[in-house]
Amino acid sequence: MSSSGASDGRTLAASGSLVIPGDKISSDTSDRLGHGVIKLNGELIATKLGYLVVKSGEVSITPIHTAYFPRPGDLVIGYIEGMRSNIWFIDLNAPFNAILPMSLAPMKIEYGGTRDAMDVGTTILCRVQEVDEAHSSVITMKGMGLRKVNSGFVDTIPPHLVGTISSGSNAIINQLKDASNCRIILGANGRIWVDGEPEGIRIVRDALAFVRENEHSTELADAIAGQLANGNGE
Amino acid sequence: MGYGDVQMIDENGNRVDGRKAGDIRPIEIELGVVPVADGSASMRWGTNYVIASVYGPMEAHPRKIQRQERAVLDVRYNMAPFSTTDRFRPGFNRRSREISKVTSDALESVVLLELYPRSKIRVEIEVICAEAGTRCVGLTAASLALADAGIPMTDMVVSVASGKINGIVVCDLNKEEDNYGAADLPMGILPNSGELVFLQMDGDLSPSEFQEAWDYNMDAALGIHKLMKEAIENKYGGGQ
Repeated sequence: MSSSGASDGRTLAASGSLVIPGDKISSDTSDRLGHGVIKLNGELIATKLGYLVVKSGEVSITPIHTAYFPRPGDLVIGYIEGMRSNIWFIDLNAPFNAILPMSLAPMKIEYGGTRDAMDVGTTILCRVQEVDEAHSSVITMKGMGLRKVNSGFVDTIPPHLVGTISSGSNAIINQLKDASNCRIILGANGRIWVDGEPEGIRIVRDALAFVRENEHSTELADAIAGQLANGNGE
Repeated sequence: MGYGDVQMIDENGNRVDGRKAGDIRPIEIELGVVPVADGSASMRWGTNYVIASVYGPMEAHPRKIQRQERAVLDVRYNMAPFSTTDRFRPGFNRRSREISKVTSDALESVVLLELYPRSKIRVEIEVICAEAGTRCVGLTAASLALADAGIPMTDMVVSVASGKINGIVVCDLNKEEDNYGAADLPMGILPNSGELVFLQMDGDLSPSEFQEAWDYNMDAALGIHKLMKEAIENKYGGGQ
């Protein structure tokens, strides 16, 4: 714990402080448990490296790194990793591959024709349809804008930064679109599709590299604006 | 003069490298040293230099290793061929298999594997320079790398060894003490709860010597845990 002794006299770690796994957060177990917190031997314990958030009676941790877990409705960018006669296996940058059944593909396919329709390595824009308790997920390509991605470039940012990047009505993404004149789609799994002129793609790639290097900056949007201004030679 | 007669501690209690019995070697920790990994850490512990990196959680392959109710930890401890004065033959051997196994068992005690059913978390421990106690350095670095990767754990694991030289129990053996000493007791400790997740012993210790080595290890673990926290704060402390 980077700091201890909150004003209410019961919390051991102050909100906003950096905690590491095993740190005792509080001895008051009436708090609701959020992400990265468990109750162990009558105390609340941090299980993740991150920043403590105590808000409205809930204690949680904003993790510094975390894996992407699919949630129904997420717009994601996936890669086809394998197939059988009637389903594809999709890499979603998650701990488990998702499946795309033939019935949820965007085109009509004969049984056994999955490889001809979309081969291994194909990039797809899709949506998570359902996730069961064993983390098996099914994705769909039926829906507006869901399709094979045949052009452009896919870059990646850590999944925990997706919320930051898309906050404020996609403020950062809009900045990038304006600066690069590219089409950009941000997937909830941390993959970003960028399509446009090579110079525009370079601007976006540089900005995303900047995001990865400065991911813990508190004023990321302002920092990116500054970086874009420098990158464009303005 | 036999190995047991080598004088490694003088009448003032100074060891061959100038440390007192309870002192540990200097430690430097750095996080995020392998950019392509999901989490990584390096530890310089005396002359030891170890890099641990973590990948995943990811789909467990081959499928036969998948567990329906939890993730599997795939730990690989490896010494680089140039890590010792004699060339170390590359590849898995009996010793590296054993250390990989005990490291995996120790880490399984703290990692919340049930959150990632059917998946695999890969932990790679690479010993770049070996002096003595690389299994302890590897386990400690692996726990840091797991935390850096955002893998949920109930506690960090700190590992340290004590042993006996010239009839005296000392903490954190160096190479000479490890080679010519009479006993070695590496332990893996959860610093917040004081629980033990790993213990091995080479040589003989009397019950009182064992207790003394135990106490040295427990004290040292708390100090090392403090260093681990400082290293993490140095890397991420300025965030929010």
